[in-house]
Amino acid sequence: MASVTLTGAQKRFGNVTVISGVDLQIADGEFVVFVGPSGCGKSTLLRMIAGLEDFSGGSLQIGGKHMEDVMASKRGVAMVFQSYALYPHMTVARNIGFALETNGMPRAEIARKTREVAELLKIGKLLDRKPRELSGGQRQRVAIGRALVRSPDVFLFDEPLSNLDADLRTEMRAEIARLHKELGVTMIYVTHDQVEAMTLADRIVVLREGRIEQVGTPAELYAHPANEFVASFIGSPRMNFAAAADVPGRGMGGAVKLGVRPEAILLSSSGLAATLERVEDLGHEQLIYVRLENGRLWTLRAAKDADVPQPGAPIFLDWPDAATYGFDAAGRAVQRSAA
Amino acid sequence: MSRVLARRERRAAWLFLAPAIVVLLLVAAWPLSKTFYLSLTDANFGNPDQYGFVGLRNYADVLDDRLWWKSLSNTLFFTVASVGIETVLGIAIALLLNQAIPGRGMLRASILIPWAIPVVVSAKIWEWMLHDQFGVINAVLIHLGVIERGLAWMAEPGLALWVIVFVDVWITTPFMVLLILAGLQMISKEVLEAAYVDGVPAWRRFISITLPLLRPSIGVAVLFRTLDALRMFDLSYVLGGNSQKTMTVSIYARNQLVSFQQMGLGSAASTWVFFLVALAAILLIGLLKLHKPAEG
Amino acid sequence: MLSQRARRKTGQWAKGFAVALTVIYTIFPYYWAINSSFKSGQQLFEVNLWPSLDLVHYRALMGDPDFIGSILNSVIVASSTTFIALALATFSAYALGRLEFAGKRAVLLAFLSVSMFPQVAVLSGMFELIRWLGLYNHVGSLVLAYLLFTLPFTIWVLTSFMREFPRELSEAAMMDGCSHWRTLTRIYLPLMGPALASTGLLAFIAAWNEFLFALTFILTDENRTIPVAIGLISGNSRYEFPFGPVMAASVIVTLPLIVLVLIFQRKIVSGLTAGAVKG
Ligand SMILES: Nc1ncnc2c1ncn2[C@@H]1O[C@H](COP(=O)(O)OP(=O)(O)O)[C@@H](O)[C@H]1O
Ligand SMILES: [Mg+2]
Repeated sequence: MASVTLTGAQKRFGNVTVISGVDLQIADGEFVVFVGPSGCGKSTLLRMIAGLEDFSGGSLQIGGKHMEDVMASKRGVAMVFQSYALYPHMTVARNIGFALETNGMPRAEIARKTREVAELLKIGKLLDRKPRELSGGQRQRVAIGRALVRSPDVFLFDEPLSNLDADLRTEMRAEIARLHKELGVTMIYVTHDQVEAMTLADRIVVLREGRIEQVGTPAELYAHPANEFVASFIGSPRMNFAAAADVPGRGMGGAVKLGVRPEAILLSSSGLAATLERVEDLGHEQLIYVRLENGRLWTLRAAKDADVPQPGAPIFLDWPDAATYGFDAAGRAVQRSAA
Repeated sequence: MSRVLARRERRAAWLFLAPAIVVLLLVAAWPLSKTFYLSLTDANFGNPDQYGFVGLRNYADVLDDRLWWKSLSNTLFFTVASVGIETVLGIAIALLLNQAIPGRGMLRASILIPWAIPVVVSAKIWEWMLHDQFGVINAVLIHLGVIERGLAWMAEPGLALWVIVFVDVWITTPFMVLLILAGLQMISKEVLEAAYVDGVPAWRRFISITLPLLRPSIGVAVLFRTLDALRMFDLSYVLGGNSQKTMTVSIYARNQLVSFQQMGLGSAASTWVFFLVALAAILLIGLLKLHKPAEG
Repeated sequence: MLSQRARRKTGQWAKGFAVALTVIYTIFPYYWAINSSFKSGQQLFEVNLWPSLDLVHYRALMGDPDFIGSILNSVIVASSTTFIALALATFSAYALGRLEFAGKRAVLLAFLSVSMFPQVAVLSGMFELIRWLGLYNHVGSLVLAYLLFTLPFTIWVLTSFMREFPRELSEAAMMDGCSHWRTLTRIYLPLMGPALASTGLLAFIAAWNEFLFALTFILTDENRTIPVAIGLISGNSRYEFPFGPVMAASVIVTLPLIVLVLIFQRKIVSGLTAGAVKG
């Protein structure tokens, strides 16, 4: 178990800078999730920690020791790949034990450890199978087992659940959460799925174009996004935005743009005028799409049995003042004045 | 800054490449330079260690030889004719093979046979089939009333080279077919189905969709075949012997080297062949735009 | 105007006819060789579609030590060449297909251009090399010389096969502590069976069929490989026709090849196209 510290981490491919100066401290035993749009550098940053990519600049410490020049297998980290990357010609048991075999561990001990890990992951019955004879979820477990058997200080996951269907994803999410709790080991987890990020993370790191936009607990990020990007990235459906001038009486000092989360808005008899465009009934709730007078489309959430007017009806939107987010011209969040 | 991974990887790469590079330096680079070198001398097989430098005289001597020009024109004729026919035939058979038709597996297997047989054996088989008195081809043609007496195919001045072309077509069309077929199978069925639904007639679908998408596969196949044809040796050697009617530049160069023991002159001729093939490679790669990916 | 169905039916017939024609075109010459190889004496000169079953040529060949010897020579040369080429090419393919380093494109291009060398262009230099190594008139000279065309080609094909494997396999192996050597031998090599089989088959066929070097670097009959041996079978005079023995010899040396080709059809095709299309 170990802490992970990135200082001024940089990565260039040729003359394209993919990671530009990332500083990040991850505490021992913490579960940290990297999120961000596709191509923002999440995988690259993870692979730099793993030892699969060189640093173009900056440094990495794991457990207080400098690691940027240490070989991947000597860093005390293990990685679970998106495609699992199981060795197709080896049985499950050999897949799991291969790292130990490479390290020259005696056979009996390898067998014992492999069995232990397999029991923990409930794949004890599959040890003699080849990867192609396994289902997606089982392969995922083997991939985790392969990482687990090395007793790493840090676990790295690169979108491990993205190849699974929805049910399995939920199940494996719970499984990973359980492992984290039982092992208490540091985990760094890359995903573009908000639900995974919000449910698994102790802290979330939001990345954009190779830079950290914000680091915080899921609740912090939801309640106090540092800027417009984070505000729109966290939360589903995403936050509604409008120019401050288009929402009279709601302005905040210094804000040129305002944001309101769909769940904060109520249909009312007065307030911001809009036209109801479309209602999506999701069963457990309804999503209401409304067109503001300036042409913007906003989203609202309503209870499943709420009385919703017909499409085309003029409506008014209202929300508590505390639910208004303000952003300045650079997109930075504006503090609500404590009035 | 750390470049540890990159450095380790670079070192490993050159270590893994080293054996192949050493071998190729030995069997390709060194002999080729030696041939260049010898081409500037009057070396002789009988006494290969005593020679003097003669500059470019051997190159000029080759160009002065009427037989060289005859071999060159034979080679070019053979190349253009055989590659041309093979390409058209190759496309046709590949299109046939790409369809769900009875006997497809049989066809696919059978076209591999001419390709797998040694060229020498093919040459012998065709020599026998084309025999003037006892050949099955003459017998069939006479039976059908096409000709009255058996033709001496390899002896007729106008026919000998065509016979070589014809046999080469038999031998190497399979190679064309396989490469073009692979190209055909990479074309998305949906593109063609979309055109079909739009009512584009079959021949237009072929001309304006299939053929352009096949361009890279055909290009690669034509390149390989052309370079092969330009250096052709065995077929002409076995079928035509040393006849001037069918002599290729490779046979010419080897004759100078081995039969006439003229290492210098023969090396110069070999070097001309090398330049010929290199020029063709450069021209074809440029012409067929092989360095550019196919669009679509 | 024909109905849709009638037209489709005619088309089907036309295609069937085209297939039959092509099959006859490709197979008949070989059939004719088999047919002729079973005829002796006067029979050979009669055009008969059905063979008699006279084994006289086969018996004669089987009793000819030079012929048996040249088959053996061919087997030795072709399999040694294939083995060496595959081994060296596997290392190179790992470097070219899996590792990143400056100059990779240049190396690939150099290998490719070697495969375009006309054989005759290296003939005199190769001859000197072979004499210098003391291999003249020895089958070893052919093993060495054949690397000229088998090695670049096998490297090229194996590299494109290597690129088909997911890159994560290397990375997982790296995380598991494997050196590059161990990654190649324990992870990739066991997975490369099919690729090695199809590439090796192509290299074997190319070496088995080679003629120019075999004709030039071997002096005496007992060291010849089979294509040259067949090429040089001749009657005692211009008016003798050794076609019976030649056809029998041809059948003997190609039958194993054809059986191999038919069994490994798919592998051969995938090897041929891996090199050309994706490369
Ligand atoms: N080996 C590489 N060479 C060049 N560019 C790369 C390489 N790997 C990743 N990139 C680029 O770096 C950026 C970040 O990639 P990545 O870390 O995979 O993004 P993410 O995982 O967040 O989707 C992308 O623009 C990608 O194109
Ligand atoms: Mg990624």
